[in-house]
Formats: sequence, C-alpha cells, structure tokens
Amino acid sequence: MTDPIIKQLQRNSKLSTTDLADLLGRDEKEIAEQIATFEKDGAILGYHAVVDPERAGDMGVTALIEVKLTPERGGGFDRLAQRIAKFDSVSSCYLMSGGYDLAVVVSGETLREVASFVSEKLSTIEGVVSTATHFQLKVYKQSGFLAQTESEPTRLAVAP
Amino acid sequence: MNLENCVAEHLRAIPRSGIRDFFELVQGRDDVISLGVGEPDYSTPWHIREAAIYSLEKGETSYTSNFGLMTLRQEISDYVDDKFAVRYSPDDEILVTVGVSEALDLAFRALLNPGDEVIFHQPCYVSYHPGIVMARGVGIAIETKAEDKFALMAKDVEKHITDKTKILVMNFPTNPTGAVEPVEELEKIAALAVKHDLIVISDEIYSELTYGEDEGMKPADHVCIASLPGMQERTILLHGFSKAFAMTGFRLGYACAPPILTEAMMKIHQYAMLCAPITSQAAAVEALQNGAGPVEEMRQSYATRRNLMLKRFEQIGVPCFSPGGAFYMFPDVREFGLTSSEFAFRFLEEENVAAVPGSAFGEAGEGFVRCCYATAKDQLEVAMQRMGDFVERLR
Repeated sequence: MTDPIIKQLQRNSKLSTTDLADLLGRDEKEIAEQIATFEKDGAILGYHAVVDPERAGDMGVTALIEVKLTPERGGGFDRLAQRIAKFDSVSSCYLMSGGYDLAVVVSGETLREVASFVSEKLSTIEGVVSTATHFQLKVYKQSGFLAQTESEPTRLAVAP
Repeated sequence: MNLENCVAEHLRAIPRSGIRDFFELVQGRDDVISLGVGEPDYSTPWHIREAAIYSLEKGETSYTSNFGLMTLRQEISDYVDDKFAVRYSPDDEILVTVGVSEALDLAFRALLNPGDEVIFHQPCYVSYHPGIVMARGVGIAIETKAEDKFALMAKDVEKHITDKTKILVMNFPTNPTGAVEPVEELEKIAALAVKHDLIVISDEIYSELTYGEDEGMKPADHVCIASLPGMQERTILLHGFSKAFAMTGFRLGYACAPPILTEAMMKIHQYAMLCAPITSQAAAVEALQNGAGPVEEMRQSYATRRNLMLKRFEQIGVPCFSPGGAFYMFPDVREFGLTSSEFAFRFLEEENVAAVPGSAFGEAGEGFVRCCYATAKDQLEVAMQRMGDFVERLR
C-alpha cells in the first residue's frame, strides 16, 4: 500500500508538514522526518506544478517517441535507456512491453528543435534501431488533472 | 372548505422538520460556508456515471422486475455476504428500492399494526420517527449520550422494551453523531432481540465509512447485527449507494430480509413504486462490480478531513468526541448557554457558516450541532477559523 504521506503529496504537493500532520492525525516532526527519508531514498523524486500548456501560455511542443533498441548482454536496455533519459529535453522515459522498447517524452520550444533532437541525438546513438515520433496536439488530462475543469455541481446547503 | 382538516390526522400530528426551517434561512443568504450537508462532496465516480450513460445508450429504459434487476440482486447478495457475512438469496430475500428512505418506509408499513411500538436511538436521522408515525406505530426514542460516544447501550434498550415492542431500529455509524456501536453492546442487544422476539431494522447506509487504525487511514471492523447468532431471521438489513458510492441523486437502496418480510415489503413497493429506476440500477451494478477502489479513496479522504476537524475542535476548546464513522462531527456546545438552535442560528447570522442544530435530530440532540466535513479542506479551515472566533465571543 502506498504510504499515506506520499498519497497526500501526490494529490497536492503544496501541503505543508503542518497540514499533513493535521490531516493524518500525526506528529509534525515525524512527518517531516518521514518526508526527508523519502526524498533521500528517492521514493519522492521531486515536486512540480501540473500545467495546462494552453492556458499557461506555453507555446512549446511535446512529442512521444517510440524507440526500438538493441538490448545488450548484461543490462538489457538499461544503459541505453539511462543515456537517453539524461537529456534535459527528455521529460519522461519508460521501458515498455509490446511493439517498441522505450517511450520517450520530449519537449522543446519548436517543432524543429524536437525534430533535430530525434534525428541528431536520439537516432544516432548506437543501439537505437528505429524511432517513431508523435507530436502532442492537445491536453485533455495531465497527471491526474482534467484540463477542462467542469463547474462544481450545486448541492443543497442543508440536507438531512 | 377547510383544507387543514382534510389532511389526515396522524400526519397533522407530525411537526414540520426542523431542518427545513434552517434550510430556508440558509437559502436566503449568499456565500454561506456549509457544514450542513448530508451527502458526499464528490460527484459519483465517473465509471459509474459512464455505466448509467451506456445503459441509456443501449435503450434500457423499461420497467424492471418489482424486486429489481436480477444481476443487481446477485451483486447485492455477494456484496452483503462479503461485507457483513450474511447471505441473502437474490430470488426472494432482496428488494431493490428507491433509496434506503423508501426501504425504511416499506419496512415500517409492512410490519406495524396501529399501536405497535418501535424503539429507536436518538439523536438520529430525521425520518425514523415520522416514518413510524406514518405507519401508525408508536415511536419510543432512547437517548444516546456523549459519555457513551453516542453508542446504544443494551441496558437502555432493555428498559424500554414492553409487551407492545415490535421493532428496534439501529443505524451505526450514525447520522448525525458519527457514532459506531461496540460489538459487546451489539451482542447484548441481539440477545435482547431474540429474548423478546423483536424485529431489528438495521440501517447500514454509512457502514463503509468507518475509521480504524492509523488515525482512520484504515477502515474499522464493522459488525452488522444480522450476522450475530439468531439474528438473520429477525433482521431487515437496509443499505444503499448514496453515501459510500456518492450516488445520492440516483436514489437507490435495498432491503435484505427473510422471504416472508421481503414479500410483504414488495407488496407495498409494487403498488406504490413499481420498481426503482433502471438507469440507477445499471449504475449500481457497475458500482458493486468495480467501485471498491474509488470508495476506499473517498473514505481515506474523509478520514483526513475528520482528523483535521478533530484537531481544530481541540484547538478551539469545543469538546467533540472522535467519531468512528460517517462524515459528521457532533460537537458539544452546552457550555455556551444557548440552545443548539440558537447556537446554529447565531453562527449562521454572525459568521455565515451553516451547521445543523442537533435538536433537528430529536430532543436528545439538544446541546450539540452537526458539522458535516464532506466539504473541501480549505472551506473547512475557514469554517473552523470562524467557529473559533464565534465561540471566543460567546465565552
């Protein structure tokens, strides 16, 4: 079971240790120590705002790239995957089952920037067999949040 | 023509609901922060809504069996067995109703002869007593007390049993107190029911929403009285989808009871209601098949808000016991020398926060107010800040 602290922070990373202590009925110091441990152990990798690029005025482009790799003896896909993941323009990188090996999410200022990353950096790595680039057109849901928030349905203010 | 006199006498005897007065007062105001609701602050989980839409798309718009869809009754049978360890046959022991409210009304009307006594614990949900009176029964309220954490004490039940007592109504976790019933008391009450040959109506509507270990992050063990020795044959188990599955507007509940009682309730249901809406029934099938995850997510979220409320009540120094279930706090406001109505009205007037006077849930609720925490966390924070200011002024 996911730790309750992590669960709360996954929904809202802005919660302070005081908030968490109140919500979970625990001691604030204990919460702070636990979070520090999670951060040290890499259970919590980081915190960021979840953004709807359209509304945030982000004119950049994002692409999902399917990458096929030649696995290596002793390590499989790890060395190549880690090498690809280290590029700053790569925001996510996952090993996949199915028709291709890596799903790589890449962001850039322009289409040309992403394209040149694929053709010059990614494709030229030895061991990359092929790539297929899909550009993202519109965000409907991002990391658990709907992009178009619906207006709150009204409830009766007092009900039995 | 004097229309007043046209209204049936037993109905005239039922006073206007205290909650309605309060509701009208709140309606007339803007930007009220409400702790006065009695339902989840979630819309029904999408997979359930989607199943309802799909059912409509397929053109499922007809009547169903009076008992309800067989698939739904089978799902209910498994769910109840899994949750409460009692098995009811989908063929003749389960009746799908329009909310637990209808099921409760059916149970009273199916069982009561004029003058039969019904014992219920108070403070309680607003419709128990009127429901008994509308079925020509006599309601006998047993006061549950803050010092017992609003649990029903077997010794109090015993004191109120007469040769006219026919039914005992129980609702744990309780609206409005959030109380849960200790198993020891439940066992003693079951023994009394057997000894005095009583029918027990057990309203289980909040049974999924319990707060156990790890400050409520884990659910508590909940025992349904029907699962105790000798009880299934004399229990009408009522349950529904409104609270745990956040489906209040779907209006769907059910009664589980021995075949003779189910048949009796069905007799009224078939003539008065025919069947529960098919769209709601389709949604309920999906809820039972795939709803466990979302229910637990919501329960944990209520648990965190309950912890928050407990902390805030402690900080402002208003005594409030730690409720083991539902989504209500029932703080004790007796120290301020106001009736619970006066307290709630002034709190609304001066701080624009609505909390329901405990007296709306029966005389035994006097001196308390019901604060529902099924509301967004930041709203709760503001409401409790204002409660703090308010009680500070009263002191």
